[in-house]
Amino acid sequence: MTIPEFKKHWTSLGIGMVWLFILLWPLLGVKPEGLEVASTFNVWWRIAVGCSFILFLYQLNKIGTFNFISRPASAVAGNIKKVSSTVPVVVWFVVGIVCAGLIPQFAGRYAQDVAINCMIYVCLGLGLNIVVGLAGMLDLGYIAFYGIGAYTYALLSVQFQLSFWICLPISAAAAGFGAWLIGYCSMRMRGDYLAIVTLGFAEIVRMVFNNWMSLTNGPNGVTGIKAPGLYWFDFTNGMTLEHIWLKKLSLVYYVILLLVAFTIIAVYRLQHSRTGRAWEAIREDETAAEVMGVPTFYMKLLAYCSGACFGGMAGAFYAARMRFVSPESFTFLESAMVLSMVVLGGMGSIPGVILGALALIALPEIFRDFELYRMLVFGGVMTLMMLFRPQGILPPKRKMRAGKE
Amino acid sequence: MEYFFQQLINGITLGSVYALIALGYTMVYGIIQLINFAHGEFFAAGGYVGVIFMSYLVSQGAPAWVCLSGSLILAMAYCAMLAVAVEKVAYKPLRNSSRLSVLLSALGMSIFLQNGLMLTQGVYDKAYPTELAQGGFEMGNVMLSYMQIFIVSLTAFLLVALNVLVFKTRIGKAMRSTAQDKIMSALVGINSNRTISITFAIGAALAAAAGIMVGLYYGSVRYDMGFVPGIKAFAAAVLGGIGNITGAMIGGFIIGMVEIFAAGYISGEYKDVFAFVILIAVLYFRPSGIMGENVDDTRV
Repeated sequence: MTIPEFKKHWTSLGIGMVWLFILLWPLLGVKPEGLEVASTFNVWWRIAVGCSFILFLYQLNKIGTFNFISRPASAVAGNIKKVSSTVPVVVWFVVGIVCAGLIPQFAGRYAQDVAINCMIYVCLGLGLNIVVGLAGMLDLGYIAFYGIGAYTYALLSVQFQLSFWICLPISAAAAGFGAWLIGYCSMRMRGDYLAIVTLGFAEIVRMVFNNWMSLTNGPNGVTGIKAPGLYWFDFTNGMTLEHIWLKKLSLVYYVILLLVAFTIIAVYRLQHSRTGRAWEAIREDETAAEVMGVPTFYMKLLAYCSGACFGGMAGAFYAARMRFVSPESFTFLESAMVLSMVVLGGMGSIPGVILGALALIALPEIFRDFELYRMLVFGGVMTLMMLFRPQGILPPKRKMRAGKE
Repeated sequence: MEYFFQQLINGITLGSVYALIALGYTMVYGIIQLINFAHGEFFAAGGYVGVIFMSYLVSQGAPAWVCLSGSLILAMAYCAMLAVAVEKVAYKPLRNSSRLSVLLSALGMSIFLQNGLMLTQGVYDKAYPTELAQGGFEMGNVMLSYMQIFIVSLTAFLLVALNVLVFKTRIGKAMRSTAQDKIMSALVGINSNRTISITFAIGAALAAAAGIMVGLYYGSVRYDMGFVPGIKAFAAAVLGGIGNITGAMIGGFIIGMVEIFAAGYISGEYKDVFAFVILIAVLYFRPSGIMGENVDDTRV
């Protein structure tokens, strides 16, 4: 690093910090009682010190001060990668599922709750991964299908007392049908326009949930949804089949674990099928794919619908687990959350999406004291991630250009 | 009939607000082909900074016109600075990367700014000092308040000013040529980075003015008020042909009218749905909008 470069970094940091102070001051310092600077300064110097420290570390790293750590570390990481790639995927999958299956035996109620939440989002993330990661269509309204799934089970359960297991495929199909309706009119669009149209559709769906009082009970939501039930052997007097409600948290946990395992296998199989290859071809270059004989419209519609089906399944589980649904749970922010899981983890990579879901659901639980700043940090991380590592934490092995159009 | 005229007045008022926000979308999209998701947050931030300075000025006993114009100018300046900062941090480094990355970066910025507003200003509504412009003309049962006259005339002034800026000045010429071909205009000596920053600043300043108007009209602002008007304004920009300034104005007025009339004559509960339905219908049948020329296929 040269001296002018060194100076340039510090000058731009200085300008940025002055700029930040001016932006912060009206929000923190101007009160009807008067103009004060102290409270703004109080917040500002912390940010300034933090930023200077990060710049300092960055410059040291550029000069090569940390080489003595980073060189051996990258060598070790390379070795680990080499060893891990020799182990077949199935082994990792089985190990993961077994470890996850043991959690209720050892962890408390709170940890199980967080784990269930995480797994719902893993399902959602994997579903969205088909649309965004594989087919390269930006979908900002994914949460609508989660909502459709949840409401389908909720209404069927409350009105007709149908069992969870029957409703699970019905919910998936309902969400898939919704996606078909939406996709049929929007699949001609690409990129930004598709993003905004899907966002619009999701908002319409949410408003329907919110305003169709006679069906969905509006903002009050649907209550009295049944938990999943199961027939199980009862040995108290002879052997009979007993119907039990899975109300205990650890039993509900196994239901979602089953769903996650199913989703992972399904997405993996889809990704490595002819269809998956067609999706990836569309993601890389839609026109070229079409020329090569991929039916792009049909394939995009298929990706959209199959992604939505997984969302619908996760939604049905969500309704069964909370035993309550309301439109509040299906806002745009939720869509953004799921999308950022996919992007953060690495678009198109299954372990990446799982990691992304864990990072965005489990980490905030650990830092509970900073609850207020959660969404602020979330937005900031999303931007920073795009600036410094747009391919995500665990990018897929097969190279992608991430939907360059 | 009176009801119709009342709705017409309300529609024009609301439409002018949407037109102002839509201009920011359309200018930014025209120049760097980016849907600036954070634009709705500029609108909200403008409303907040406006109420902050206005409460301060009112408490200092300044006359009404000083309160209004002072807070308007300060809020517009503030949002222009905010927009330049956002552009420098979140968009400029991504100028040559994929569309998806920029869009997600914009989404992140939007969430960041919204929560920044919430943390600094609280989750509750903040009330505007509405005693500044009360009353109005009454013709039969049709009510035309001073506030509505203020909003519409200020919008008209800003629109004319913007048109002069874009079509008559050097910087407007630079903006237009950068929008048409960034590389060629850089070759003839236009600083495209500076032009893009100025475009962001102007768009955000207009959004800030809209934020103050909405705050005055409805009497309060909220930290998350930027999202829905932002989307509606985007619908307006698309309706008019994105990248087209005249189109954005017309689109804004159409969306405002449709919303008010739909709320008045069809259903108040579903009024937000209509803007989205128009957006989808326009994108489906005429992606280039009313005023736009045909966009080439890759851009759609």
